[in-house]
Amino acid sequence: MKRKKFDWSKYGIFFAWIILVAGFTVCESSFLTINNILNILRQVSIVGISAVGMTFIILSGGMDLSIGSVIGVSAVLAALLSSSGLHPVLAALVSLMTGAVIGAFNGVLINEVGIAPMISGLGLMTALRGVAYIIANGQPVYGIPDSFKILGQGYFLGIPIPVIIMGIIFFCGWVVANKTVFGRCVYGIGGNTEATRLSGIRVKRIKYQIYILNGVLSALAGVILMSRTNSGQPKAGDGYEMDVITACVLGGISTSGGEGNFLSVIVGVVMMGTLTNGMVLMNVQEFYQWVVKGAVLILAVAIDVLAKRTRKSVRAA
Amino acid sequence: MVKEPILEMKHITKIYPGVIALDDVSLEFYRGEIHAIVGENGAGKSTFIKTITGAVTATKGDILFEKKQLPGGCPEVALNAGISAIYQEFNLFPYLSVAENIFFGRYLKKGAFIDYKEMNRRTKEILDQLGVPIDPNTQVKNLSVGYQQIVEIAKAISRDVKLLIMDEPSAPLTDNEIKHLFKIVQNIREQGVAVIYISHRLEEIFEICDKVSVFRDGKYITTKNVSDTDIDDLVFIMVNRTIEEQFPARNVTKKETVLEVKDLCTDVVHNIHFELHKGEILGFAGLVGAGRTEVVRALYGADKKKRGDIYLNGRKVTIDSPGDAVKMGIGLIPEDRKGQGVLLGMSLQKNITYANMKRVAKYGLISERQDQEISEKYIRSLQTKTSGTKQIVKNLSGGNQQKVVLTKWLYTECDILIFDEPTRGIDIGAKQEIYQLMNRLVEQDKAIIMITSEMPELLGMADRIVVMHEGKITGILNREEATQERIMALSSNIMGSNAHGGNLI
Repeated sequence: MKRKKFDWSKYGIFFAWIILVAGFTVCESSFLTINNILNILRQVSIVGISAVGMTFIILSGGMDLSIGSVIGVSAVLAALLSSSGLHPVLAALVSLMTGAVIGAFNGVLINEVGIAPMISGLGLMTALRGVAYIIANGQPVYGIPDSFKILGQGYFLGIPIPVIIMGIIFFCGWVVANKTVFGRCVYGIGGNTEATRLSGIRVKRIKYQIYILNGVLSALAGVILMSRTNSGQPKAGDGYEMDVITACVLGGISTSGGEGNFLSVIVGVVMMGTLTNGMVLMNVQEFYQWVVKGAVLILAVAIDVLAKRTRKSVRAA
Repeated sequence: MVKEPILEMKHITKIYPGVIALDDVSLEFYRGEIHAIVGENGAGKSTFIKTITGAVTATKGDILFEKKQLPGGCPEVALNAGISAIYQEFNLFPYLSVAENIFFGRYLKKGAFIDYKEMNRRTKEILDQLGVPIDPNTQVKNLSVGYQQIVEIAKAISRDVKLLIMDEPSAPLTDNEIKHLFKIVQNIREQGVAVIYISHRLEEIFEICDKVSVFRDGKYITTKNVSDTDIDDLVFIMVNRTIEEQFPARNVTKKETVLEVKDLCTDVVHNIHFELHKGEILGFAGLVGAGRTEVVRALYGADKKKRGDIYLNGRKVTIDSPGDAVKMGIGLIPEDRKGQGVLLGMSLQKNITYANMKRVAKYGLISERQDQEISEKYIRSLQTKTSGTKQIVKNLSGGNQQKVVLTKWLYTECDILIFDEPTRGIDIGAKQEIYQLMNRLVEQDKAIIMITSEMPELLGMADRIVVMHEGKITGILNREEATQERIMALSSNIMGSNAHGGNLI
């Protein structure tokens, strides 16, 4: 393999993360331990799994704000079904199906009715949060069978199961985005919808698939979250859509669609987790954490924008 | 008294990369005259008026307005000197009132506040002068297209216009509105304003213009008094040119019909009938806006059809989306290359296999190796100039981008290819290559539909020519009977002159 000049700006987020890790390591000795690393990964697994779906959505030029509420609905649903005696596997499957149906419904709103994805997602976010509280009867649902715990709390070869699931899903997502017809269509739709349509690609069909995929992955995240907390919290996943979008943007996925490297989304996800974890270890107050997280997002995007601008002007000169 | 010109254009030349849009044009305009400019698409009319308004900077030449030199490329200076232009597409704010539109950017003020009273009064004055009963408070979006145009004119008058340029002003109007427009234009002429009038509708020129100048291929040809000429004469001057020997000859034998379109209707085009044969290039001629692109887009499933049947090899088929069309072996090379043809941000390789990814994929997984090999093969055979299959299409020249779009369809091995303005904006060398490629395709019994606004290309390449005018087919000409005059006459829908159409439908 011949490789052309190394493009530093492409991996900027990765280096930023290394610097961050180095900084925390120096300040806090307990930071860079296997236990803590696994801890970080487990903490980000919920957001990470949703981020895979969201990456496809944003790559296609879309947006989905409803995922936090989908997490809530699926968590409550899986808790209700399994606590009332349904086999955990079936309960989880029903939750995933529900996620698929919600995604498909969002697809109808966007494709057939023609509502802007931002707005349909906004509506669904509010409505589905309501649904989660209604079916939970306003209370957290308890009484989850022990056999369900393994999904969120179990280990395999010393690695938390949610982390393994996230790893598998990231790998599959990377393959789909980079190696498949579907992945190319997603990038193509985000890059130029009309050219894609005129190339005979069924744009609507692909969009349905993207939104359904996203619904399923969010529901999966919800089920895992439920299993980890051992309860169906109607407020589960509240605000996660913002964490997920932040992770994607940090990972360099262009919000106008069609551009972005799938692998760097992982770094984006881990970056968010690292920040939170490091600050907790250093006893930074939560309010300050928010300020730092927001600042990091703006800084990361600003650097990216500025880097692109200088690259362009270099080319023009 | 000898009249003095208000505007003198001296040796105006405008060169775009690879194209000479205006070639040493000198022309004078006088007060109180309506001066028409005519010519085919691409003759240089638009560029010419844009150099006057300052939207385009001339490469060479001087512009003298009232004996004073106008700096090129300064729309503000031109506007303040008294030059206004009205285009086919209006520059109005739909949610602002008529008065606000007319005084936009120079609102009348009373202290720190806008003086609506005075603005409305002055607007009313201008509108009365034009003889139209519009309330200055009406939102522009609530006006008919005709009245919107009058607001544009009022805007120009309110600026104390000395030279008014009208580019296809009648195109969006109904007959009644046109009559009214003419009255207003004549009224403006009486006030001593010079008017430059551009229209594809030659009849209009004889109705209201005093002089007419003809442009052809970026060159100024002649100016005549309207009273000294007629439509046939003008058409002859407009199209008279030799076709260079750039189109290789082809043997054409009539073969079986591959595509038949019956009674196709959309919102824009009506009752379209035509047949396409194997090994044939079917040209579509017509002026901009005649509905040629709309016909092929509807046929291709890109736009909604109202009704109409399509037969492929004698079998009736349903094409509701481009996906259907591609499946049936039809490809479209769209007019808007960057907006609809290529994926600018993607590599050549990804663009080339984009319409037929199945062929390089197994179970949805794309074989990178095959993908690249195929792209390399096509890049070589079409001699696309690129640094490699991974190069981003954005960085290619227009001609090479067009080759990428072409390659995409060659790789689908489709039987029918639709070319919409295939050589627009690309250099002569690439043009020739595309012509040769089209010839190779028809030799392989593929069928081609070609929309083009370039007369030489049409006459040089097409075996038969469908001519359209305002959404309808006005004639279908065989190669032998097709002449520039005939095509021009049919596309302007001028009947009864020496230019009888072919098989009129």
